[in-house]
Amino acid sequence: MLKFAVRRLLLLVPILLGLSILVFLFVRALPGGPETALLGERLTPERAAAVRAAYGLDRPVYEQYVSYMGKVAKLDFGVSIQSQRPVSEEIGRRFPATVELATFAILFAILVGIPLGFVAGRRPNSWLDNFSTVGSLIGIAIPVFALGFLLKYVFAVKLGWLPGTGRQDVRITTEHPTGFFVLDGLLTGDLPAAWDAVKHLILPAIALGTIPLAIITRITRAAVLETSNEDFVRTAEAKGMTRQIVTRRHILRNALLPVVTIIGLQTGLLLSGAILTETVFAFGGMGSFMADALFSRDFPVIQGGILFLAVVFVVVNLLVDISYGFIDPRVRTS
Amino acid sequence: MSLTQGVELAAGDRSGEAAGGLYRDALRRLRRSPTAIVGATLVLLFVFVAVFAPLLAPYSPTAVDLTDIRPGVFPGPSAEHPLGLDQLGRDELSRIIYGARYSLLIGVVSLSLGASVGLALGLIAGAFGGWVDSLVMRGVDIMLAVPSLLLAIGVAALLGPRLISVMIAIAVVNVPIFARLLRGSMLAQRRSDYALAARSLGVTRSRIVLQHVFPNSLAPVIVQGTLALATAIIEAAGLAFLGLGSPDPAIPEWGRMLAETNAFLASAPLLALWPGLAIVLSVMGFYLLGEALREALDPKLRR
Repeated sequence: MLKFAVRRLLLLVPILLGLSILVFLFVRALPGGPETALLGERLTPERAAAVRAAYGLDRPVYEQYVSYMGKVAKLDFGVSIQSQRPVSEEIGRRFPATVELATFAILFAILVGIPLGFVAGRRPNSWLDNFSTVGSLIGIAIPVFALGFLLKYVFAVKLGWLPGTGRQDVRITTEHPTGFFVLDGLLTGDLPAAWDAVKHLILPAIALGTIPLAIITRITRAAVLETSNEDFVRTAEAKGMTRQIVTRRHILRNALLPVVTIIGLQTGLLLSGAILTETVFAFGGMGSFMADALFSRDFPVIQGGILFLAVVFVVVNLLVDISYGFIDPRVRTS
Repeated sequence: MSLTQGVELAAGDRSGEAAGGLYRDALRRLRRSPTAIVGATLVLLFVFVAVFAPLLAPYSPTAVDLTDIRPGVFPGPSAEHPLGLDQLGRDELSRIIYGARYSLLIGVVSLSLGASVGLALGLIAGAFGGWVDSLVMRGVDIMLAVPSLLLAIGVAALLGPRLISVMIAIAVVNVPIFARLLRGSMLAQRRSDYALAARSLGVTRSRIVLQHVFPNSLAPVIVQGTLALATAIIEAAGLAFLGLGSPDPAIPEWGRMLAETNAFLASAPLLALWPGLAIVLSVMGFYLLGEALREALDPKLRR
């Protein structure tokens, strides 16, 4: 297991090197450099040249790359052109928001999807099964931003039950030692602040969690249906075991294996930022941050952010692979 | 069974049979599958509307009717305009009908571009193996490590706001998916009995790959192609929402129509409903058809 994990981590090195080169070339190929974003209408050739020199963009590309990677090795991703703050600090501010949102979204998908898929799989063609099939289909087919608008319109604008923008009420001035707003509220003992952060998470988490929900429901249903027809289930029933024990120990445990795979993959996707959801709800996570950086040609942020997200994505997938060994003893021996 | 098939294939006189058998079988099962029928109906309706848009639409998608339109007033459904007028006084039904053309165009172009590059890469990796395979697959890993929408936004930003940029952006997202799929499918086929049988008869490697392994690896690609059309419509809508579609406001693109309604959702919620419904129904059609194809083409479910 350890050998496998180390090998996978080593494989990460060429991927990240290749990615860093591609991203580096990509930002330099973008039409309009940081000087356009910074100077706007005040753009003159002299001013543009000064900005480019200040960011080292006038040097040969390979020279820029070598000096950039030298800094990256020391975890220095440069300074954001937009905010003039270190990129690592900016990511540190946004990433907790993304983690919080992804956690709530995937929890929503798991807590609704697994029971729904389970019941649908145990009673195929029942009204609940048909309902969940049609529901999953709509969940997959509706654009995320449209669902976001719909939720915001109904629950924030019309009914006023939940906030529709931001991560926390602006009047709340609790300290943020970790950057995870819910956790910060709990740690500092400010329960109203924590609750307020939870309320801000509900609508975006539902919008973001709908596609994982649909996928988890479908996979759970298919797995439960398949496992229910296995020989060992019939044997267990023939031995006179109660339906509950057969369901829990034989069907559920085996059926959950593919579900865990999907949950892992989906978590990896969600953690890499939810550009559309974060934009609709002005949530301020990695997704909308990266999209903004692309629009404003914020080279250091694009470079550092994409590398960071790629590392997160690959590491999460690695953890998923490793977790199989714990859930399925058969993987350990083979 | 597989051995005799392999020998027949290797003899070269009935080389299409295995694939033809699977596809004929699949077609028979598709006709009996309610999922396939609903999916195919939605897809055919979508393609029909897209192709015959000029005949079906009651008005031009850019014609403006200013008789009833005032700021903040959105004339709803009426006899002349079954779905009402949009914020600029254009007939909503005609715009939805013409919008099908753009969604189909974006889907087909991005799929053909992305799939052909992806399949070429997958074919090279699957056929040569060894270091070529490693090199191609590391490249695919790099593309997959970037979140797909971010990749699409990046490509669209690189090429400027044009309709063709949207198509290329979605195509780029498709490349690694098809490359990995075909390569995996080919690796599985290369180890099969019929490939071994062909090799033992002295058939050249390039012929085994091109005539036997490649055609037999295509089933999952067909399924993915159908699903990719669904994803293309959704992704085009997302890019339009972020302002990366065509800058021409005259183009009736569903994603953009939906995104634009956000500004006056409270006074004209129906204007958000129509493009939303069009997107959901067309995506559902391709998705259902893809799922039905997946079941029909699964050799494990063959009798």
